[in-house]
Amino acid sequence: MSVPLADLVTILPELLVVFTACVLLVLDPITPASKKDFLAWMCFGTLVVCFFVTAAGMGEKTFAFGNMVVVDSYASFWKLLLYLVSGLTILLSIGYLKEEKIELAEFYGFIMLSLTGMMIMVSGTDLLVIYLGIELMSISLYIMAGFKRFEAKSIEASAKYFILGAFSSGILLYGISLLFGVAGSTNLAEISTAVTARGLNDPLVMISMMLLIVGFGFKVGAVPFHMWIPDVYQGAPTTATVFMAVASKAASFAAFLRVLLEGFGGVKPNWSGLILGMCVLTLILGNLVAIVQTNIKRMLAYSSIAHAGYALIGVVVAGWIGTEAGVASRGVSSIMLYLAIYSFMTMGAFAVVAILRRGGLEGEELEDFTGLAKRHKGAAFLMMLFMISLAGIPPTAGFIGKFYLLMAAVDAGLTWLAVLGLIFAAVSAFYYLRVVMVMYMREPSSDQELETRLALSPTATVVLASAVAGVVFLGVYPGPLVSVATSSAIPLP
Amino acid sequence: MTDMAVSSGGFPWITLVIFLPLVGVIAIVLAKEELAKWIGFAASSVVLLVSLPLWGLFNETTSAMQFVEKHQWIASPSINYAVGVDGISLPLVLLTTFLTPLCVLVSWTSIKTRIREFMISLLVMETATLGVFVSLDFVLFYIFWETMLIPMYLLIGVWGGENRVYAAIKFFLYTLAGSVLLLVAIIVIFFSSGENTFDILTLSQAAYSPTLQAWLFWAFFAAFAVKVPMFPFHTWLPDAHVEAPTAGSVILASVLLKMGTYGFLRFTLPMLPDATITFTPIIVTLSLIAIIYGAYMAFAQSDLKKLIAYSSVSHMGFVTLGIFALNAQGIEGAILQMVNHGITTGGLFLCVGIIYERTHSREISDNSGLAKPMPCYATFLVIFALSSVGLPGMNSFVGEFLVLIGTFMWSKLAATLAALGVILAAAYILWMLQRVVYGVPAQHMLSKLHDMNPREIGMLLPLVGFVFWIGLYPKPLLDVMHATVKNLIQHEVRVMTVENPGQDSLESYVLTDSSSFAAGREALAR
Repeated sequence: MSVPLADLVTILPELLVVFTACVLLVLDPITPASKKDFLAWMCFGTLVVCFFVTAAGMGEKTFAFGNMVVVDSYASFWKLLLYLVSGLTILLSIGYLKEEKIELAEFYGFIMLSLTGMMIMVSGTDLLVIYLGIELMSISLYIMAGFKRFEAKSIEASAKYFILGAFSSGILLYGISLLFGVAGSTNLAEISTAVTARGLNDPLVMISMMLLIVGFGFKVGAVPFHMWIPDVYQGAPTTATVFMAVASKAASFAAFLRVLLEGFGGVKPNWSGLILGMCVLTLILGNLVAIVQTNIKRMLAYSSIAHAGYALIGVVVAGWIGTEAGVASRGVSSIMLYLAIYSFMTMGAFAVVAILRRGGLEGEELEDFTGLAKRHKGAAFLMMLFMISLAGIPPTAGFIGKFYLLMAAVDAGLTWLAVLGLIFAAVSAFYYLRVVMVMYMREPSSDQELETRLALSPTATVVLASAVAGVVFLGVYPGPLVSVATSSAIPLP
Repeated sequence: MTDMAVSSGGFPWITLVIFLPLVGVIAIVLAKEELAKWIGFAASSVVLLVSLPLWGLFNETTSAMQFVEKHQWIASPSINYAVGVDGISLPLVLLTTFLTPLCVLVSWTSIKTRIREFMISLLVMETATLGVFVSLDFVLFYIFWETMLIPMYLLIGVWGGENRVYAAIKFFLYTLAGSVLLLVAIIVIFFSSGENTFDILTLSQAAYSPTLQAWLFWAFFAAFAVKVPMFPFHTWLPDAHVEAPTAGSVILASVLLKMGTYGFLRFTLPMLPDATITFTPIIVTLSLIAIIYGAYMAFAQSDLKKLIAYSSVSHMGFVTLGIFALNAQGIEGAILQMVNHGITTGGLFLCVGIIYERTHSREISDNSGLAKPMPCYATFLVIFALSSVGLPGMNSFVGEFLVLIGTFMWSKLAATLAALGVILAAAYILWMLQRVVYGVPAQHMLSKLHDMNPREIGMLLPLVGFVFWIGLYPKPLLDVMHATVKNLIQHEVRVMTVENPGQDSLESYVLTDSSSFAAGREALAR
């Protein structure tokens, strides 16, 4: 069987990324330690090229490989976001890996492989293709989580992530196989036809759908499938954590939404209630448990759970019974907007944690931030900005993201959900501001005052600057991103 | 609709006023730390100068928004950068621009650490508060409303007293929790107005069902009542005031609290007239409780700042009382009282700051008998204290008098109870004066009690000028408000007569321009 050239052109960015990953794995052993940065720049360059390739094709809709893969605006939007996040992760890793004494360029290779998986996820219109993407993404991430080979916490994170991840993949696969029994196909369009024909509350459809929701619930980190997140985020190297928290979450949400809307769009009442329950639980638990955390990475882990809860508001809106297509598609676009904004602020917050890291000495406990405003004015100010944005306080981008989600919720008649979301936004302000309080309102101890050096490499500076630019610019001028997200949302019937 | 807004005539006065402080911020970031306070003072003074033309060019005969600027900001949903002033917001804008330079001056020597960050917080604060008063777009309003929290949180938390962290987070969470429902209400009103707009003037003209109004009323109330603060949401205020540095207290008392009452005037009354009329008895009751309870609590305080904080609760009770009397006298009195409270309480907090800088204590017992060692200081303190009491010839008298007239027309009982608050105020203020000015000085403090320097005198003199100007000749200030307030009242009357046709008594219930009011104003003018 020969592969048509047109299909290969459609997935050109995926091919470029995976090719770079393979080249890197070959070059890594023969590259001297002092030249490893070159490999990182090679990956970064590939991402820049991919960015332009994808951006140039924005607005078109091309199917490939017998309708198993689609490149539409929706997929392109997520891909652009994923390139950006991966690129920033690579830049942040260049300095961080040296600080952690991880002189392995494979790290970048796994970022690229994982990114390939994510790209397949957001483009897949066939459950098996999406499953392949998820596996490629996850397996790379399991390895990245364990990259600090000499630290028990990192190994534990990797093992835990692997076991729970494999478990959830199994559940997902089981759901897919049951659906194959229903539809005789794993293609989303055909599943949709079969599921719609079976009608609401068909037991087999319900069971397979629930299994899919559980599987994706694990991947996006929604309560009650969030157990792995705190330990893995805390134990993994910080740049792997940020990649998981931002890129894998975005890709999982993208695939989740596509499966729900394109596969189960005909039986919305079957799943919107379930998602609503997950959403409420996630909002409550994520925000409440974050309050008692004393480790910054752990707190940000719970914060990422809470933010998944906010994004789920958009999923609920998209599936809510009785909402018009326009409102439902606003639900989708508000998730896209929210996760894009979330990427910037979370990237920024983790970047500050990463540059404070000095040979295992500091940067991860809340106490390490004591009096930071006295020691490193700039770092403290940036951290404050990211915390304010994560709490959703204007004029930062975090507010804009929440605002659009709440608009969509109220438009769908879910005013109470908007109120709940905002009440927990006020709760979240408590733990985000505690970081500000520790930095600005406590005096540093004398030995902390001696620690004046930051692991601030030029590339880390670029990452911080991009994150700040995103948080501020999208806060005061969100118009362009809003219109891109609106025009890229999945078209709904 | 066309008469609702008058364009700025090309020159963006308001934008200039709002964002000039941010130019100051950039200058402070770039300049050396030693220059920070000079730049802060220069920037805030320039803002004051630029805001003066607003007063000079203001057209008193129209209730329309003036100096309006409108630019599209976000296309979908339509959110505009729209600003403008009318008779309600203009006095508050000027109050803010006038007080900020004074806040810089009072911090001149008392703030010793992180001066640069302090000045930045103060100027960001000025931008945010000015933005709140001039916004004509609901989302823009909310953004400024919330932005204000961060600099205030830092002002209290970084430069405050012993218990500052607790006070700062309490302030932050109280006000944030209050605002939560406001945001949802803004979104709900967007969809239910049928206009799909956040334009405040358009939303004020739309009609909402009484049930929806009731919900929205309490959502608005949660946000505004916490800011005012009304009883029983006032508990953050004494903590925040006591711990905040002097400049923070002044901004807090003089400007920030007004945002709550401004919210009632700008949003609750015009947008939710039915609910306003339905729930007026509750608000009036809460106001009366605030007046009397605040005064009663002020009696018990031994800490000067706490005493003034509780007196603020009491005085702000007069403002909400006047607003919900729903007649011209009450509302004009309330707006005037907002300005008066800003001047008087601002002055009192500045006085406490001055003495605190010397004795490092706010306890009345540590600061007694100041008349002999500090005669100049004692004079100023007495002036502001008597203004706070509402002595005729001083500013608060006019405002409280108008509020009492307005309340009297609404309910004689309410007016009587409110008047009780005036008497209580006289008692606790005079008792405080007796101890602070005429008591016996604490021996160990004597060496520290040197009188005021020219900077401090220069800081307080303008405030004294306003105390007497408004006290003796309030006409210019009242004239500014008159057209706007009349329009607001007519809006309420229209709603009431539509709902209850044939009830003539309503006309007398809401008097737009009664003879007693005119007589009262003439009496005051004399």
